Amino acid sequence: MSETVLDVSDLEAGYEPGVPIVRGASITVNKGEIVVVLGPNGAGKSSLIKAIAGLVPISRGKVLLDGKDISTAPAHTMVRLGLAFVPQTENIFPRMSVEDNLKVACGILERRQAPARIDEMYAAFPDLLRQRRTPAGNLSGGQRQMLAVARALIVHPKVLVLDEPSAGLSPKFVSMVFEMLSAIRKSGVTILLVEQNAKAALAIGDRAYVLVEGKERHEGAASTLWDDPVVAELYLGQRPLRKDSARHTETGGAA
Amino acid sequence: MSLQFVVDGLLTGSMIGLGAIGVTLTYSILRFSNFAHGDFMAWGTYATLAVVGAIAAMFGKVAPIAPLSFGWPLIVALVVGAAFTALLALLLDKVLFSRLRKQEQAIIAVMGSFGASMALRSLLEFIFTSRPTYFSRAIQIAMPVGFGIRITPDQIALLLLTAALVLGVHLLATRTQTGRSMQAMSQNPALARIAGIDVASVVRVTWVIGAALACVAGVMIGVLVQIRPLMGFDMLLPMFAAAILGGIGSIPGAVLGGLIIGLAEAGAVQLIGAEWRAAVSFVILMAVLIVRPIGLFGVRER
Repeated sequence: MSETVLDVSDLEAGYEPGVPIVRGASITVNKGEIVVVLGPNGAGKSSLIKAIAGLVPISRGKVLLDGKDISTAPAHTMVRLGLAFVPQTENIFPRMSVEDNLKVACGILERRQAPARIDEMYAAFPDLLRQRRTPAGNLSGGQRQMLAVARALIVHPKVLVLDEPSAGLSPKFVSMVFEMLSAIRKSGVTILLVEQNAKAALAIGDRAYVLVEGKERHEGAASTLWDDPVVAELYLGQRPLRKDSARHTETGGAA
Repeated sequence: MSLQFVVDGLLTGSMIGLGAIGVTLTYSILRFSNFAHGDFMAWGTYATLAVVGAIAAMFGKVAPIAPLSFGWPLIVALVVGAAFTALLALLLDKVLFSRLRKQEQAIIAVMGSFGASMALRSLLEFIFTSRPTYFSRAIQIAMPVGFGIRITPDQIALLLLTAALVLGVHLLATRTQTGRSMQAMSQNPALARIAGIDVASVVRVTWVIGAALACVAGVMIGVLVQIRPLMGFDMLLPMFAAAILGGIGSIPGAVLGGLIIGLAEAGAVQLIGAEWRAAVSFVILMAVLIVRPIGLFGVRER
């Protein structure tokens, strides 16, 4: 087995004290993998990765990044520790140019390194180079996502964490985003992502977890997970695991 | 018709504009209207005055730099005064604003700043009395420069200082990593944290810049007009009008807004009558809020 980059164990987290949304979730991400977290609406997928990124208070459990506990680290120190997070929405600075969006993320790099890293990002995402002077708020949905990912990648993270990168995009851009992530993985970056678009995510992923009611209920290879009847049951919520899970699968709520 | 109001307006506008930079930065980055900003101005001016006094006590009377009304002591004192004002703002943030900003509603911080404003002002009156005072009582001869305009060497020097400071702050805000971090904070504070920006240090820089410029604006008023405990509070409305006119968050906007208000005030004095002076910034403020609520350089939120 390859080495573990991210090791989340028995994580409990939520916005309000005493109201956990993530309830004892454990997942691992190995070096070079794409790991996908799936689950019905309201399962706590987004809260799980926001907790990992330091944005949702953790009440129990550990998040180890390369063996180091980062569960109490403030959000702004995460990139320095090697964890780069791409939020689902509002993931760019709209009134700054594309180039300034990239530059502002270089704050933790040495000054001399920044121009080379920005050039690398332009080489990887030529669309951004063409639009470098454009205010980021004027970019198309797909290009925004590109910029958000480039902003996160620019610091050479140990793990790239994305919250529903395909949400709200038109079908053309959805496939573009997944191709982009696949290419990023090939360049050696480890990726953890949460997705609603299960089929497309599993197509590029190595392993996947199904999260239900804030806890992982199933884990497997991405290639076989889609056909697994247990997953269909958990994910589609056809037959609730416990009585009280029905309302989560039916009513959804904030993910 | 005399064009003298242009010079007067540019000078008043410079003072308003320098003050409005702090107002606009506090509003866009810390997300509240700081009513104590005018009192930073007054405190900075009195601090500068105190340092000038201390230098005079140590070195005796220093001859002014001809043809200006002041010598090196005022320049040194201004730097010390600006540093003092920055420390005052940081201290106030630590003991008061940082706690109030954590509250959900911005109005709590605004009211807190109103209280701080009154306390600061009363404290100044207590220490220095409310009697006006001056950096120098020497009278400067204004030089005619044509078109019926007269200008003193002090006025020229202060206009140049304003231009240099505005340019410097603008470059800082647009060309440096610190400036980009400030922009990022004002546009999307959550993402700024995710991108590794230390919010606390951006907050500190914001206070330091705003307070230091407030001190300079106050000292300008002190040099050209007079020093009073109420001097900053009286500038509050024009400063807010300038910040809103220019577009909240925009540094060039704040300065341009200040110049427009300054010129309008001076023009009103000459053309309509001095009693209308204070009304002008009200009228401009209301007109802008009706016609273009986001201001000249403002940007719509998404």
